[in-house]
Amino acid sequence: MSEHIVPVRIYLVIFLSLLAGTALTVIAAFYDFRWQLNTIVALTIATIKATLVVLYFMHVRYSMRLVWVIVASALFWLAIMFALTFSDYLTRGWLSVGY
Amino acid sequence: MESHATIQDIHAHRALQHHFENMEQQREAGTLGMWVFLVTEIMFFGGMFLAYTLYRSKFPADFASASNHLDITLGAVNTGVLIVSSFTMAMAVYFTQTGKRRPQILCMVMTLVLGLTFLGIKGVEYYSKYEDALVPGRLIPSRPFNPVVAQEGDHDPHKLHLLPRATVPHVEMFYWIYFAMTGMHALHMIIGAGLLTFLIVFSVKGRFDPEYHSPVEVIGLYWHFVDIVWIFLFPLLYLLGRHLGHGG
Repeated sequence: MSEHIVPVRIYLVIFLSLLAGTALTVIAAFYDFRWQLNTIVALTIATIKATLVVLYFMHVRYSMRLVWVIVASALFWLAIMFALTFSDYLTRGWLSVGY
Repeated sequence: MESHATIQDIHAHRALQHHFENMEQQREAGTLGMWVFLVTEIMFFGGMFLAYTLYRSKFPADFASASNHLDITLGAVNTGVLIVSSFTMAMAVYFTQTGKRRPQILCMVMTLVLGLTFLGIKGVEYYSKYEDALVPGRLIPSRPFNPVVAQEGDHDPHKLHLLPRATVPHVEMFYWIYFAMTGMHALHMIIGAGLLTFLIVFSVKGRFDPEYHSPVEVIGLYWHFVDIVWIFLFPLLYLLGRHLGHGG
């Protein structure tokens, strides 16, 4: 398996998508969506941008499976850190047991 | 003893280390190692993103007030600068892979210049926070955290505009997190600028070619990672207050 060279055309498309995503986040921030939707919209755009960078600029899409496993492990441990922390903080005071 | 010499040994690349079979194996090992390092970096920044999420959920109005004081234009321009620099970095890798040395060096120099531009703009922002006494605690002993709170109807952008239920100590919490996260990010940018300088020097010396360019690839991975951190920092730090500003 020799090295995959990503064509310039793909780099250009990703680059323009990233710029468009940035413009979109800024525009969306000035609209008042209901509830927590502003945060969700901003984070969704950021996640899409980050995914494009990882897959194409960082060549993960064309890398060996072991790289995929390592990237996935990062997300997995990040999820554990957030899930366990907030399973504590967000649930405090749910039960009034009178300490 | 049986000889294990192959055709690859005879034509071995000068950059091939003795413990690798061939250039491809060496390159893949390098990429893999870099990704493992980046996982530790993700967890490192992840801890700070966790602190941010936790305190923001506790003090939403305070965080929105503090975020409104940041300069959205400079933040957005800096996001653009980093994205262009990521593109030029990707192109530097491309031109190294295809063996075009002039555009390769040009792309590296552009990436370095854009990285330094980012740091310059960040410096301008830090200075304005210093002027408004928004650097938290006593990080700067002669100017402790002491912002002027704007009264109703006062639109002075240098004063702190508190939304209902927001308090100054909780705004300070935002600025601790802001300076910790953007500061660590800036430190990574400074290290990245150093690494790029190394890449430029060695490219001029002609050390990299389509067969051997692991340092370019690996430093590229690092540069893109730092870009990704900023892609999340920008909306979370600069944009969260905009919609809360009217009606909160």
